[in-house]
Order: sequence, then C-alpha cells, then structure tokens
Amino acid sequence: MGELVVTALRFGFLILLWIMIISIVSALRRDLQIGKRNRTGSPSAREVRKNPDLAEAAPAPRAAPRRLVVTEGPLAGHSLELAASPILLGRAQEATLVLEDDYASGRHARLFPQGSRWFIEDLGSTNGTYLAENQLTRALPVDPGVPIRIGKTVIELRP
Amino acid sequence: MSNIQTAPRSRRNTELLLLLLALVVGIGANMLVGLDQDRAFDSDFFTQGITLIVLVLVVHVVLRLRAKYADPVILPIVTALNGIGLAMIHRLDIATGDSAATRQLFWTGIAIGVVVAVIWLLRDHRVLRRFTYLSLIASAALLIFPLLPFVGMEVNGARIWVNLGFATFQPGEIAKITLAIFFAGYLSTNRDLILLAGRKIGPLQLPRWQDMGPMLAAWLVSIGVLVFQRDLGSSILFFGLFMAMIYVATSRVSWVIIGLLMIAVGGFVAFQLFPHVTNRINGWIKAFDPEVYNAIGGSHQIVQGLFGLASGALTGTGLGQGRPDLVTFANSDMIIAALGEELGLIGLSAIVMLYVLLVSRGIRAALGSRDAFGKLLATGLSFTLALQCFVVIGGVTRLIPLTGLTTPFLAAGGSSLLANWLIVALLLLISDAARRPTVTGPATESRPPGDRPRRRSKTDERNTGSTEVIQP
Repeated sequence: MGELVVTALRFGFLILLWIMIISIVSALRRDLQIGKRNRTGSPSAREVRKNPDLAEAAPAPRAAPRRLVVTEGPLAGHSLELAASPILLGRAQEATLVLEDDYASGRHARLFPQGSRWFIEDLGSTNGTYLAENQLTRALPVDPGVPIRIGKTVIELRP
Repeated sequence: MSNIQTAPRSRRNTELLLLLLALVVGIGANMLVGLDQDRAFDSDFFTQGITLIVLVLVVHVVLRLRAKYADPVILPIVTALNGIGLAMIHRLDIATGDSAATRQLFWTGIAIGVVVAVIWLLRDHRVLRRFTYLSLIASAALLIFPLLPFVGMEVNGARIWVNLGFATFQPGEIAKITLAIFFAGYLSTNRDLILLAGRKIGPLQLPRWQDMGPMLAAWLVSIGVLVFQRDLGSSILFFGLFMAMIYVATSRVSWVIIGLLMIAVGGFVAFQLFPHVTNRINGWIKAFDPEVYNAIGGSHQIVQGLFGLASGALTGTGLGQGRPDLVTFANSDMIIAALGEELGLIGLSAIVMLYVLLVSRGIRAALGSRDAFGKLLATGLSFTLALQCFVVIGGVTRLIPLTGLTTPFLAAGGSSLLANWLIVALLLLISDAARRPTVTGPATESRPPGDRPRRRSKTDERNTGSTEVIQP
C-alpha cells in the first residue's frame, strides 16, 4: 500500500467525518432556522395554505380572567381568586382546589398562567379533563366562560 | 409552555440517507484500521460491518413502522459513534491480541434488540410515568446489587460489577435511566408544590424543608455510591442529573446554588476521608510530578493519554498508525485519547460535535414534547449523555479529575452500551410523540369515547383512588 494512498485516505476520513456533520446540520436547518419557517408563534398565511393542520382559530379579544368559579358538582358555588401562581386541581389535600369528587384523580389537572392567558394541563388523570366537551391531550389556553369538566365538577374562569 | 410547531413530516428518508453516510463512516474507519497491515478485509471486518448494517437497518425499519415521526438524526449520529468505537476497539485488538471488538459487537446486538423491543412494545413514553416510585425502588436495588456477596464483583477498586456467569454487568448504568424516570415523574407531579412554598431571601427563593427531601435523598445516594462502591464518576453523574432536572422543572437558581454547595461540602469531605478520591485529585493536579506519575494508581494513565493526544496533533497519525495501545484501558476509559491520537484535533472535535448534536436533539425533543413528564425525561436523559461526555473528555484532557465513567457508544463495555442505547430508544419515542402532528383547534381536539386505546393499569387506579367512569 503506497504511502500516498494511506495519507490520502487518512485525510479523506477526516473530511468524511465533517461531511457527515454538515449533512446532519443541513438536514436540521428547518429546525435550526429562527424566524422564517420555524417559529414559536403563529404560522404564516403561506404555511397555513401548505399545511392546513397548522391553522389555529384567530384569538378573540378577551378580558383577563380574575376568578375561578365552580358551576356544577359537589362544590358548586365556590369561587377562588386567581393570583399569579399555578392552581392544582384534584382530590389530594395539597391541591389548591380540593375536589370532593369520586371521579377526580388525586392530582387531576393544573391551571397555570402564561403571558396574559391561563392554560389547563391534564396531569395524567384517570378520567381525563374536558375543555368545552373536548378531552385534553396537551396544555390548552382557557378563555373566560369556557367550561372545564373534571369528573362531575365543572369550573369556569370569570373576568 | 413553549409550543413550537413545524410542519409535520416524517423525514424517515432523510434518516435513511444519513444512516448510510454514518455506516460509511463507521465501516470506513474499520477498513482504514488494518489497511497498512494488509488486514483491511479480514473476516472480522466483514462480520463487524455486515452485523452493524443489519442491526441499524432493523432499527430504521422499526421506526418506520412504529415511531414514524421520530427525530431523523438521532439514529445516524449514534450509529456513527458506535461504528467509530467498534473500529477503534478492533484496532486496539490488533495491537494487543484481545477480542474486545467481538464482545462489543455482541453487546451492540443485545442493545439494539432491547431498543427494538422498547420502541415496539412501549410506543408511548407516558406509560413510564406510572412506574415513578417503582423506578426509585428499582434504582436502589440496582445500586445495592453489586454490594451483595457472591454476585457482586470488585474490579480495579470499584465495586460496581455483577457477575452474570457468561458476562459481567454494571447495574449502575441502568440505574441512571430509572433514576431519570423517577425524577421526571416526581418533579412533574410535585413541581407546583416546590415552586409555591418557601421563604424569599433577597433574589433567592428558598425551598421549604420538606421539599428538600428528594434533594437530600439524591445527595445521599451519590455519597453512598461514592463510599460503598468507590465510584466517583457515577456519583457525580447521579447528582448532576438530579440538579439539572430540578432546575428545569422549577427554573429556580436557588436549587442549583444549594446543590453546588452540597457538592463542595461532599467533595471536600471525600477528599479528606477517602484515599481513592485523594488519589484522583492528586493525579489531576500534580499529574507531571514524577512521584505521582510512578505511584501505583497514579497519573501514569492520564499522562500517557496526554502524550498520545499531543502526538496526534491537528490531523492525527491516521487510524492504525499511532500507538494508542500504550495507554492503560485504551479501549474503554481512555478511548478518547486513542481517537485523539489517531484522528487528531480535527477528528476529535468532529466526534465532540456529534455528541453536541445528539444532546441538542434530545433537548429539542424535550422542547417539543407536550407533556411535562416527557419534557423532564428527555431533558434528564440528554443531560445524562452530556454529563458523561463532559466528565470523560474533561478527565482525559485533565480539565477535571479523571473518573471512571464511560464514553457513550464509543468505549468498550456492554452495560454502558446497552444503557446508552436505551436512552436513545426513549429519546426517539419522546421525539416521535413531540413531532407527531396533533389536530389543533377546539373543533378537532375531541376524540369520541373509546376511540383512543386506553391503557390504564390497575396500579394507576389504586394510586388515584378513583373509579373508571364512562363519558361524563
């Protein structure tokens, strides 16, 4: 084996390693690009045309919720002032709102503020959390007046 | 809650292309290893090459079938690292007459078998949340196992091995995964409690004493590992893992400061009390002192590694043309020095770059993940990989004291390989869940009852104490 070939292969391998890295990075460029095609906000009109899945309903003008009101269930009538801290809903004693509801889990769901909105997230409950009759699969924003159902309990945010 | 959306696309073809490139890298390295000794195309080369190709293609096909939206670059990166590792171990075998590469290949096969099983059977990482406390017990059992008589073995001063009869195994490697599952489950449930309570002193919000419990437990586990197993590396890894996860869960700097203080106290006491820790620190600070260099268990290994790195310089001696076999444990603890010698700084930085990309993809999966448990688990697992790399590469390059952690995917050692492939399997599943398109908007969010397969175990019901209800 000639000296020259060995040296060429030696440098060739180093180049190959970096070609691999450059191809990985360029395969990710859609993900790494900031601002243009990948964004953390709402998708552009063009993106929505291409992928109707990304379309989200236009946010309606809303007032910041101030109170949490229980409208149905054993605790109906109770209400809670919303502060800047997250709220734990469930049957556990350490929950912010202790639900006396046989169909609720110990730590059922949490409401948390993010920016100017409140979000609800299911904490892996047995019977699920329903936001306006739809079962939660991820954290979703809650608008005032939209009912959240946990077991037999229904709560609402009020401005 | 970051809600990063990209257009849903499975990108499995991108993965296939990158996978082929990764296989060219791995097998090309193996070919160069024996080239100037005219041993390039011996039977070992073909067995290793073909086995590697078959194994990773099986994973690729399983991903196509079961986790279509998994991250497309994780598998190619890991394949390239595993291939380079195999090549370097094979190269050192040629020099020393060992057969470590065959064992490594055998363990790669087992690891990939487990990966396929996990992806095929587990499907959704959220199932693991049910095993939060079970994982804590499992971690404790795994860590205590090597200390038991008969099954436990002491090798080179560290009691972290168990004898399985046909092979030896380090249960601590698996414990890092079960601990990550426990921390993720515990923190995703108790995050609010930890966040809300506590006194404020200046800019720092201190946690309550009862919330410090798990932190103290993690600290005690790390100290226990250090005292009873004499394994400095794992001890740093477990504690670092917990600190990273609690920081991510609460975004409170006070936890990090408390943790660093605890490390400082623990480290100082260990330095004073335990001769093996004193040894490590001396071998680090006074590495070039002839007395330390010549001492048994002194700095001979690390200094030889540094000489190897120096002779590699920028472009390296070329695979198969250096003398990395002069370093003790060249194919496991010191494989970074061996690679640095033969691939040079350019090659070694490419390898570090591969790790950086791998960890960043793990963190990306965490960012995209929709549930708190998945976020924390992905962060914890990625951080485990990152911390291992930092501790090993930092140790070899004498940035920090050399400790006995393994370089993920590169170093010879079955348990480490298995554990790190398992981490990859979990990251792939989490990234699949993160990237899989969900229907958004209230109109399409609902699923009719019974449409989604509900896999709720009995234990889950017991924990929550509620009865299954039909549609409310």
